[in-house]
Order: sequence, then C-alpha cells, then structure tokens
Amino acid sequence: MNKLPLIIKREYLAKVRNKSFVIMTFLSPILMVGMILLIAYLTQLNDNEKRVIAVLNDSGYFSNEFIASEATSYVNFKDLTLAEAKDSTLSLGYYGLVYLPSEPNLEQVAQRAFFYSKEAPSSTVLDKLENTITSRLRQERLRELGLSPKEYAEMDRSYNMNIETFDGLQNIKGINEIKAIIGGAFGYLIMMFIIIYGGFVMRSVIEEKTSRIIEVIISSVKPFHLMMGKIIGTSLAGITQFAIWIVSGALLLFIGLTIFDIDPASLTKGGMAPGMEGNTSVDVDAVTQNIQLYAQEIFEIPIFAMLIFFIIYFVLGYLIYSSIYAAIGAAVDNETDTQQFIFPVILPLMLAIYVGFFSVFSNPNGPIAVAFSLFPLTSPIVMLMRLPWGIGEGGVPVWQLISSILILIATFIGIVWVAAKIYRVGILMYGKKPSYKELYKWLKYSS
Amino acid sequence: MNHILVANEVTKQFGNHTALKNVSLEIPKNSIYGLLGPNGAGKTTLIRIINQITFPDKGSVYFDGKLLKPEHISQIGYLPEERGLYKSMKVGEQALYLAQLKGLSKVEAKKRLKYWFEKLEIGDWWNKKIQELSKGMAQKIQFVVTVLHEPKLLIFDEPFSGFDPINANLIKEQILSLKDNGTSIIFSTHRMESVEELCEYIALIHKSEKILDGKLSDIKKAYKNNIFKVGLETANQDVLISEVKDKFQLLSHDYDITEKQLNLTLQLPSKESRAILDFLSTRANVNGFVETIPSANDIFIKTIQNKNIAHE
Repeated sequence: MNKLPLIIKREYLAKVRNKSFVIMTFLSPILMVGMILLIAYLTQLNDNEKRVIAVLNDSGYFSNEFIASEATSYVNFKDLTLAEAKDSTLSLGYYGLVYLPSEPNLEQVAQRAFFYSKEAPSSTVLDKLENTITSRLRQERLRELGLSPKEYAEMDRSYNMNIETFDGLQNIKGINEIKAIIGGAFGYLIMMFIIIYGGFVMRSVIEEKTSRIIEVIISSVKPFHLMMGKIIGTSLAGITQFAIWIVSGALLLFIGLTIFDIDPASLTKGGMAPGMEGNTSVDVDAVTQNIQLYAQEIFEIPIFAMLIFFIIYFVLGYLIYSSIYAAIGAAVDNETDTQQFIFPVILPLMLAIYVGFFSVFSNPNGPIAVAFSLFPLTSPIVMLMRLPWGIGEGGVPVWQLISSILILIATFIGIVWVAAKIYRVGILMYGKKPSYKELYKWLKYSS
Repeated sequence: MNHILVANEVTKQFGNHTALKNVSLEIPKNSIYGLLGPNGAGKTTLIRIINQITFPDKGSVYFDGKLLKPEHISQIGYLPEERGLYKSMKVGEQALYLAQLKGLSKVEAKKRLKYWFEKLEIGDWWNKKIQELSKGMAQKIQFVVTVLHEPKLLIFDEPFSGFDPINANLIKEQILSLKDNGTSIIFSTHRMESVEELCEYIALIHKSEKILDGKLSDIKKAYKNNIFKVGLETANQDVLISEVKDKFQLLSHDYDITEKQLNLTLQLPSKESRAILDFLSTRANVNGFVETIPSANDIFIKTIQNKNIAHE
C-alpha cells in the first residue's frame, strides 16, 4: 500500500491547523492592505499640510511670481532687514524665508538669493522655488534675445523617435519596464515561496527529530517517502496560503479603497519625481494610441506559455531547494545550528534576483542572462524573468529553454538523491552538529 | 519453522566504525528474547536492521523462514528507545495515523484503538494533545501504537523507561499476555532484573560482536561454579572457621547477630557436596545449604570482563 498520500495529508493538516500559520494567513493581507491604506492616507495628509513661506524681496524683480498653491502660501515682508526677517519668520512659525537681495540685474539676484529654514528644506519646496526663479530667469533671457514665449514653446517642443522592429511591428517605449515587472514578479514569487516554505520543511524535519518520533515513523515508511510527503504537504499548504492571500488581499484592497475613497491613481502620482507633472504635455490622441499599443504588446507576452513554464520551473525549483532544506533539517538538532548551512542555499536565490534585475532587464538575451538561466540553481528565477520577451524569435531561443529544463530535471534528480541520503542518515543522528566533511561521509554510507 | 527471525553473519559498517561484526541470532517463535549489551554495543543497529531502517553490508536476515523484505514491516512492531510523538497532534488522530502507516484501515484501526484505550483506561485522552500529557501517559500511547497492528514480532527497546512501578507492571503484564497469545518478542535492555523476570532466551552483544546466546536457564547452569552458601549454628565459631579453612576453600564468612547464625560462602572443587555436608553436620547445626545461581547481572558483567581481558 502506498503511504505517501497519508503522509502528505498529515503534513498538510499539521501545517494548516498550526496556530501561527492560521494567524499569518489571515493577518498578513489585513496588515499589507492596512499598510497600503496608511501610506495612501499619510500621503494625502502630507499634501494637505500647508506651508507658509516668507519672502523678503529687496530686488525689485519678482512681484507676483510666488503664487500660493494648495500646499504653500507666501507672505511678503516689507521694510525689514535680513536679520529682522529671519527672526520674524522663526517667531511666526513659518516654514522658511526666501531672500532676494538688491542687485543690478536679475542674474545676480538669482546668484545671491537664499532660502533660510529651520531644518534642511523639503525637496518639494526647494523644487518649487527653483522652478519659479528659473522660469523668471528664462523669461528675462528670452526678452533679452527678443523671443516671445510662444516662439520659445515652439522651439522647445520635444521629439519622439519612431521605433519599429525589423518585421515592421510598431514598438513603444516603456514596454520593457512592464515586461520586467511581470518577469520580476514571477521570479520574486518563486524566491519568496522557496525561502518561506523551504524553511517550513526544514523546521518540520527538526521537530520530528527533537520530538523523537522519527524512528517510530521510519520503522513504518521509507525515509524518502517521509521526506517527499513532507515537501509536497508543506507546499500544498503554501499554495493554500497564497490563494487565500491573493483573494482576500484583492477583496480587502477593493473594500478599503472604496471606504476611504482613495483614488488609486493618486498613489502612483505620489511616486513620481516632483516637477515631472509639469512637463508632460502629450495630447490625448497620442495617449489613447499608446494605450492601444501597450495593450497589444502585453497581449504579445506569451501569458499562457509563461504560466505553464512558471509551473514547471516553480515545481522543479521548489523541489530542489526544499529537499536541500529537508537535508539541512535532518543534519542538525535545532534551528540555531542551521545558519551555516542556510546561507549557501539562499545565496544563489539572491544572486538570481540581482542578476535578473540588473542584467536580464537591460539585456534579456545577453551572455549573463543566458548563463544564469541555464544554471540550475538560478534558472527557475532568471528564466522566468526572461520569458516575458517571448519564446523563439526575439525572445528566449527554444534550445535554451529546453536545455535549461533538462539541466534542471537532471539536477533535481541528483539533489534529491543526495538530500535523501543525508536525510536518512541525519534523522537518526543526535548530538553534535555535523561539519560539511561529515555530511560528505554520510553520502558514502551504504543504506 | 521454529524461528521467527534468523540473522546470518550480519555485518554493518558506518565509515570506519564497525557497528556489527558477523552477528548471527536465532529467535525462537512465541518467546521473549533478551537482547543485552552495554551502551554502544550495536543493539540498536541490529534492531534497525530488523526494522529495515538500515540494511546490512554483509549477511542476511530471515523473517519467518523468508528473506526479510519491505512487506514484512506490517508484521513487526517496534518501540524504539528514542521515542516520541507529534506534540501538537491529538492523541486519537496521531494513533490512527501511525496505525494506518502500518497498513491498518482507518475503520479497523479505530476499532482496535478503542479496545486498547479501554483496556489501559485511557479512553478519555482521545482528544487531548500530546503536549498536555505526562511522559508516562505518552509512553502508554506509544505502547498501544506499537502493538495495535498485531505484529508477529514485537521489538521493545527499554520499554519500561519513563514508567512508574505501577504502570511498568501493567505494561509487563501486557507483554506477557501478548507472548501467551503467540507473539514473539525481542526485548532490548541493560536492566537485568527485568531480564530475569521476562526472558527465556538471551543474547549478549559486546563491541559489535555476539559473545553469548542461548536459553537463559542453560546459560545460568553453565555459569554455576560450585559456590555454596551455608548457614550454621555453633557455640564456637572461631574454631569452626579455622577448621573449615584447613579443609575447604572458604571465600567469605560473616555472623548474623539477629539470627545468631554463621554464614559461610564456600568454593567446592566439584558439584559433589556430600563431604562438606558430612563434615559440617558433625560440628554444628546446619540451618541452610544452597548452591548460588549466578544472576543475569553477574553473567553480564563476568562475560564482558572476561572478553575485555581476552582482548588485552
């Protein structure tokens, strides 16, 4: 009789019923969504804070350039010395003081102008002041050159390069970033899953060792079955948890946004660099055209193929890493001893993410990207990051995809074999923490 | 076939360490077989080989006349020395799981668990978690789980550790009744008093080798060395002692004040005891005369000491 389903069921239930697991599962989405809402709320709050800035204008230029906005208002000081103005600014509790000295021309006024404040000024405020003075300077320079602002605007109109692939498909800017985000999300998901649930597998093995039930169990089942049952059961629990997170997170976010009436677009706007808003002067037609192109490009991403390959890489990658985790758990007696073994396991995962972000996105078919998407310990992450650029022409060559998977399968068999050996020796060893040399010796023990 | 288990020249190496060296055993059916030996002698390795947790490098093991195979696992019950249960799992659920791993169906396992839980008066523990139970209580559950699938061969490794005397006795009765119902039992321990009470056969393992095995009563006979204890009543014990010393080999003597009795321990050249009896009966009142039979403990210590001397 096959006992694997029994073991999987027990491991799954043990994990799912675990109190901290239940709390994590249901609390995490609430915490995450709460955090997002809090950030959104604080951003709005921050925007609502009014700053008053005093202006001491001795220059005779600037008269009505400093226009109050929602966040900032200006107060003009008159007939005060600089020292007096500083004192009054401080005592009135204003945010800061703009000082424009009396100079023969505007250029020199700008040169010697100062902003005084209690603390280092916020970049938003500084940008705004700089923009105001810059535009006044530009105006003055244009006047000296004898150009009208309209002529200048004509001159300054930006230019966009027309881009197209060799087979004549129209290309658009920014699509690479979207592909990178999709690829990155898949890669990151795999890494997180491996680290979290690999750790669960390891702790579960340690628990069986410390509670001394292990010998009772393996007098009934093969250690290999126990190990695989544990890995599969834990990953099913993980998938359950992820599913709950995705569903409840989406639901909560939707409810939260409705209740607090937060415009999701305002969140992205907050992330934009200040000053950028003013320069975007694209007409509406171009926007809609672009959106169509983006949509078309996103449909071009082989979503279906990506999902299939995600599952393949996910399963193989997770099995490889969690069997390593199981072997580590078997080799030690308690969790504190695991550190020296865990670091070399996490290293390739981190490397894969970094390589993905710094090399794959700038050059998806470059030599580094290719090498790391073939290397079995990094390929589950790096290959998935490359896949949004397509399979075959222009994307990942088919031979690379196939050899990457074949290498991964071969590694999987090798690693599981090694891990199972360490596991079966390790689970019955108590006492001192083994060295790498001893682990190597275990491999040579006959079963 | 009269043997439930036969081990043939079993050898097991771990790296450079030899855990078992050419160990052969024959464990008769329907008996309690004591597997004795100091710590680290190789008992646990041998038991693990029988349970197919590890496999011998050389030699073979036969179960009920057939070469030991994975399908025999369901006919063996094993209570390891290092034993425990899942701490956060409920008693009933856990017992069901372990029984199912041994090949019982869920329904059958439930039925038998009910029977055993009632027998050991632990029925109300079903929904408790292991961490809520005391060590002795957990041990009882472990015992039930070990015997539940009614194996032909039971292996108990230090079964009484962790039990108070009352429960130890309860478990001992259960072990004896299992034997009476036809189960063969291997009993591994280094506590000799329980060996005397339970075991019909013993094997002594020392430094990876079997140095002694056989029927306990035969071994004891073989280890008898003509030492006799005598209790005497006499008016003049000093004279008597010096006379005995002249004629026989006196090992020790003492005087029991409450009984007013002189106790002598004598080593005789043979089993023939008439000469000394004749002599003593003319000199004093003989209250008692008995040949000393070595205890399992004596045999254990003596055999190992001899072996160590032989090695040096």
